[in-house]
Amino acid sequence: MKDNIILRIVAKMLIPLIILFALYVQFHGDYSPGGGFQAGIIFSSALILYRLIFGLEAGDKAIPRPVLKLIASLGVLLYTGTGVAALFMGGEFLNYSVLADTPVHGQHMGIILVELGVGFTVAATMLLIFDSFAGRPLTTQDAGIEKQHD
Amino acid sequence: MIDYISSHWVSHYNYWATIVIMMIGLYTIISHTNLIKKIAGLNILQAGVFLMYISMGVVTDGTAPIAAEGFTIYSNPLPQVLMLTAIVVGVATTALAFAFVVRISETYHTVEEDELLFQDKLQSSEETEEW
Amino acid sequence: MIDIDIAINMLLLLFLIAMATTILRLRRMLAVAMILSLYSLLTAGLFMVMDAPDVAFTEAAVGSGVSTVLLLVTLTLTRTHYAKNTARLQWRPLIIVLLTGGALLYGVHDIALMGDINAPAHRHVADHYIAEARNETGVPNMVTAVLASYRSFDTLGEVVVIFAASIGVMLLLGDGRREHRDGDTP
Repeated sequence: MKDNIILRIVAKMLIPLIILFALYVQFHGDYSPGGGFQAGIIFSSALILYRLIFGLEAGDKAIPRPVLKLIASLGVLLYTGTGVAALFMGGEFLNYSVLADTPVHGQHMGIILVELGVGFTVAATMLLIFDSFAGRPLTTQDAGIEKQHD
Repeated sequence: MIDYISSHWVSHYNYWATIVIMMIGLYTIISHTNLIKKIAGLNILQAGVFLMYISMGVVTDGTAPIAAEGFTIYSNPLPQVLMLTAIVVGVATTALAFAFVVRISETYHTVEEDELLFQDKLQSSEETEEW
Repeated sequence: MIDIDIAINMLLLLFLIAMATTILRLRRMLAVAMILSLYSLLTAGLFMVMDAPDVAFTEAAVGSGVSTVLLLVTLTLTRTHYAKNTARLQWRPLIIVLLTGGALLYGVHDIALMGDINAPAHRHVADHYIAEARNETGVPNMVTAVLASYRSFDTLGEVVVIFAASIGVMLLLGDGRREHRDGDTP
């Protein structure tokens, strides 16, 4: 789809906006609808759009796959790391109240960190899944095309 | 029965409708032989379950569960949290199911269940003949 | 919910039932993908009517975005254009479905009336979340507060499930690298 000028221009205009919106949903998720899950999905859909139009190689150049795998693992690590940090600072696992000077600040900080971890993992995971499907070579034999006559 | 339906239908129609949706999905899963169609049926069933949970969280005259000045009645946030995570987990597991379907079609060159079973039977009978 | 909400709700549910029936009967898989995408979008609208903006958000992004793309990629990879014709009614599945649906309908008539604020579901922990979430966590969005703080063990499990699913997909399909594409796939 690289050669279609309308698709290319519209995608170039839309992708930054989608990414910006994803960041808004991620970091404003505690005041308005949103959060890590939604932001991750929106972020990954922007990059999937990029891959659909400019090809997998271009997408791989934008964020290399080892980096994606690292981000996916980093999200889970950030989530559990927040829990373990709370454990070491005198609370229970994932009890954020001890993370900052007052319990409310601690809770707020913990929620933001955990949502960030969720966003990382969801975004990278969806991209990895899409790449695995899209990078698969086509088989030569047709499965369903002759079935239309029966 | 008529009395029951007329007295309950405004408050329960959501549950009845979601059950109908869930059953259409279940019928799609069982009756079709195409594996991708089965997964589509699974998605329908899943959406029915989501709708049912969210219906349980609705409160009359309530608003979305985001604290704001001037509102005291909010809908129940708990079912919403459960369904929010379930949707994202649902797409990840659906992707896993699609991956299995792709591998099956690469090996058997079909995604129809009856043809898969037929090929399996053919292969096992050939093996026993060789023995 | 006010009356217009109830009307929209009923209309959307009828549309959903119609779409689900269409998906059941359609043989052309591309059309199935498109209608499934639209089905997710309508579900998102229904969530919005039922005061669940967070869920509507997620369903709109996931259902009509990512999962449609995945379905289309799968259709391309398996080269499936038509499903086998199963237009005739099959009795054994129908009996199973009717029994299950009957049991569910029987069970549902005990459920508290929809929207009743005194239902047990709203009087257990939800009260505490609604009254205290803002004071205890400093986050006005109760869904985020419950998701990330009160029930963070649950969310941790979900995140690990997503991570594990992606590892599973990569194990099954390879990790999409170009140098693996032409060569050694069985």
